[in-house]
Amino acid sequence: MADSPNSFDLIVLGGGPGGYVAAIRAAQLGMKTAVIERELLGGICLNWGCIPTKALLRSSEVFHIMQHADAYGFSAKEISFDPKKIVARSRKVAKQLSDGVGFLMKKNKVTVIDGQGVLIGPSTLGVTKDGKAVGEYQGKNVILATGARARALPGLEPDGKLIWTYREAMVPDAIPKSLLVIGSGAIGIEFASFYRDMGAAVTVVEVLDKILPVEDDEVSAFAQKQFEKQGMTIHVGTNVKALKKNKNSVTATLEKGGKISEVTADRVVLAIGIVGNVENIGLDKTKARVERSHVVVDEWLATGEPGLYAIGDLVGPPWLAHKAMHEGVICVEHIAGLATAHPLDVKNIPGCTYCRPQIASIGLTEKAAKAAGREVRIGRFPFIGNGKAIALGEPEGFVKTIFDAKTGELLGAHMIGAEVTELIQGFAIAKTLETTEQDLMRAVFPHPTLSEMMHESVLAAYTGALHI
Amino acid sequence: MPIQLLMPALSPTMTEGKLAKWSKKEGDAVKAGDIIAEIETDKATMEFEAADDGVLGKILVPEGAENIAVNQPIAILLEEGEDKSALDRAATSPMKPEAKPAEPPKAAAPNPPPQVGEEAKTSPPPRSGGGLGGGSSRIFISPLARRLAEQAKLDLGGISGTGPHGRIVKHDIDVAMAQGPARAPGAAATPAAAPVAGAHLSKDQVAALAGNAPYTELPMTGMRRTVARRMVESKTTVPHFYLTVDCDIDALMRTRAELTEIAATKLSVNDFVIKAAAVALRRIPRANASYSDDAILLWSEVNIAVAVALDDGLITPIIKNADTKRLPEISAEMKDLGLRARANKLKLTEFQGGTFSISNLGMYGIKDFAAVINPPHGCILAVGAGEQRPVVKNGALAIAMVMSCTLACDHRVVDGAVGAQYLAEFKKIIEHPSMLLM
Repeated sequence: MADSPNSFDLIVLGGGPGGYVAAIRAAQLGMKTAVIERELLGGICLNWGCIPTKALLRSSEVFHIMQHADAYGFSAKEISFDPKKIVARSRKVAKQLSDGVGFLMKKNKVTVIDGQGVLIGPSTLGVTKDGKAVGEYQGKNVILATGARARALPGLEPDGKLIWTYREAMVPDAIPKSLLVIGSGAIGIEFASFYRDMGAAVTVVEVLDKILPVEDDEVSAFAQKQFEKQGMTIHVGTNVKALKKNKNSVTATLEKGGKISEVTADRVVLAIGIVGNVENIGLDKTKARVERSHVVVDEWLATGEPGLYAIGDLVGPPWLAHKAMHEGVICVEHIAGLATAHPLDVKNIPGCTYCRPQIASIGLTEKAAKAAGREVRIGRFPFIGNGKAIALGEPEGFVKTIFDAKTGELLGAHMIGAEVTELIQGFAIAKTLETTEQDLMRAVFPHPTLSEMMHESVLAAYTGALHI
Repeated sequence: MPIQLLMPALSPTMTEGKLAKWSKKEGDAVKAGDIIAEIETDKATMEFEAADDGVLGKILVPEGAENIAVNQPIAILLEEGEDKSALDRAATSPMKPEAKPAEPPKAAAPNPPPQVGEEAKTSPPPRSGGGLGGGSSRIFISPLARRLAEQAKLDLGGISGTGPHGRIVKHDIDVAMAQGPARAPGAAATPAAAPVAGAHLSKDQVAALAGNAPYTELPMTGMRRTVARRMVESKTTVPHFYLTVDCDIDALMRTRAELTEIAATKLSVNDFVIKAAAVALRRIPRANASYSDDAILLWSEVNIAVAVALDDGLITPIIKNADTKRLPEISAEMKDLGLRARANKLKLTEFQGGTFSISNLGMYGIKDFAAVINPPHGCILAVGAGEQRPVVKNGALAIAMVMSCTLACDHRVVDGAVGAQYLAEFKKIIEHPSMLLM
């Protein structure tokens, strides 16, 4: 069956991080593989998500340092920037990586089919491009990796001009004088941080009772204080009842505890969640089930339809590229019958937010650990006690580690401060290896680094921190 | 007579510990199995369980006290009927080890029975985090799993790992701990009979018994140990008796062939056996039962455990509610469970439990055999090979395909008559597959 040119061992619908990684793994395992992609390889992550935002945030980081150049012994007057150049850099980075994925597809001999794919049978996909048919393809196995899109709510719909989603926020013609960010998850906060550092007056509105709802309470509280110090206005426990478009601005009606107020900003960014792209891919022709805009799968990413799998943002939270990538690998290895295939443990997936200060966390929050009935031992260490942090001029932040008091299991780690997104991998490795506090205390962290705070945080939970 | 509670040794090398926390106050009632205190060493914190019922009469060592030597008295337990005046008479200095020193008492503890095969250790505190010592091989285990095993006093030698490269991980410890209490309540009521607490059968002893013949070794895996333990438990505590019937399976083979040809449904003889056994249990529910000291438990579900041979071992995946499932469902489930059993991918709930067992050695040409009951089941059905045999039909010699089935019954819960009724019902269904349409 895998002999004819339109027959494959595996077809992946969607070339984002979940899809292209699944395809590469499948090719490594000797499967004849195809990826169907309707826009750009790399999906949202590479082109309209993770990557370009990190490039933008790098620019705002540079701007921030330049504005404090005096602290480091420099004088810089009349610092100016060209928003178009900033955006252009991020687009260049995105393109470079998307091209890179194209190269990886070639290198692994994965067939890339340009067009929109739809299931026309349980294992057959019909592909069209600009309304014209491209072909029909059969896959012994099919992995759906169509990702997700920004959610809109009644009254909170983007218009591409004044009311933005992440797409428009990523390619502004100019930095607006004022910006209203609705939603304080990672996406909303990263844009809030970028635009604030680039000079906009930023207001963040969150319907829940704290910003960054999935993070540990102490991290959310610290972050809010930092953002407010930076000049952001933050409203929590606040609903946006309506958005009224003016000529060149938007007036939002806010409601908090019964009290109504108004905020007017040049632009609005909607960051109120995402929904899986479950529509128009032919799921109704299969036994796959959809629940609340996500495809239901088991631990091996299998849907109810034999031979049909789904991964990534399409199957639910956490909506993270690295989760999608691992699901792609697990799914493919399971299809290949590899004995080493192992389902994902959600508690070992780190989450990072690249605002300033950065945030990174893994595992249970303190609240969740206690709610699960665990007796906890907690260690905290502040950036102010770390030599490298002071030398860098980044004294704000902390590392918090949560252990099970009885067994020494590392239940969660929560960090906020410079570069923590690069540090969290240590805790990810620790959790995956099921280390206890003993091993972490014995591990030698280099000096002087920010990573030493990870060590000190563990010490703080047990024998007492040495440097604070 | 008041009982002295002594500082336990949490590991063979422990010499002293800290009494981290008292979980009971003076005057509190204590039942065997209650946690009385938490003992801390530099390695771990462990719970000290009471071995006896009583009242915590006097605490001798305050909370937080450190450097308490192993075997030092830490509290006095008043037995039933004793009052505080007995405390005056009770010695507060170490007495003869009446109260099981050096071992956090766990008389009712289901595991870990076998000691790790190391130097002949007298005190049972099962090897923690060890597997080093006298054994030749290192045990690969994650730090967390090692600590959990230490805290639960689990014998690591008895656990097989599902982590990378066979490493023991937390999941495996969780499984092992759950398997402990899975023993029949009835069987565990005779802890004195737990043969493993006593003599350790070393390989040297066994070799000597065999006249020191040369040998090579197969390592003891967790599965092997578990099978060994359960088989000994079954044979020494369950009164087995055996009933045999010969079943004419010509009709069954015809039905099976028909389904293959007309309905493109491939079923094995064993699938029919499972279904017939399950339906027969519904009809003779008295055979779907287990013994406990408190009552005979009549199971509401018919969950059939089917013995599956592994590369080197045996496991019994369970078909739940087998009486309600159609034959193709049973067949598909058996295939899936069998595959996953051989890949060591069964979940705990998929091989632990069941209300009745089936073991089929027909594929090896075995005519008939008597199987060993899997506690806590009341019966196990042993199925032999279907073979052409001479039979008598209407007074004349004829040939039929016959399959011998032997039912082993636990006489504490299934009497001869009940066993016989059940087996007769099973035979009727197997010989008349049309009954499965009812």
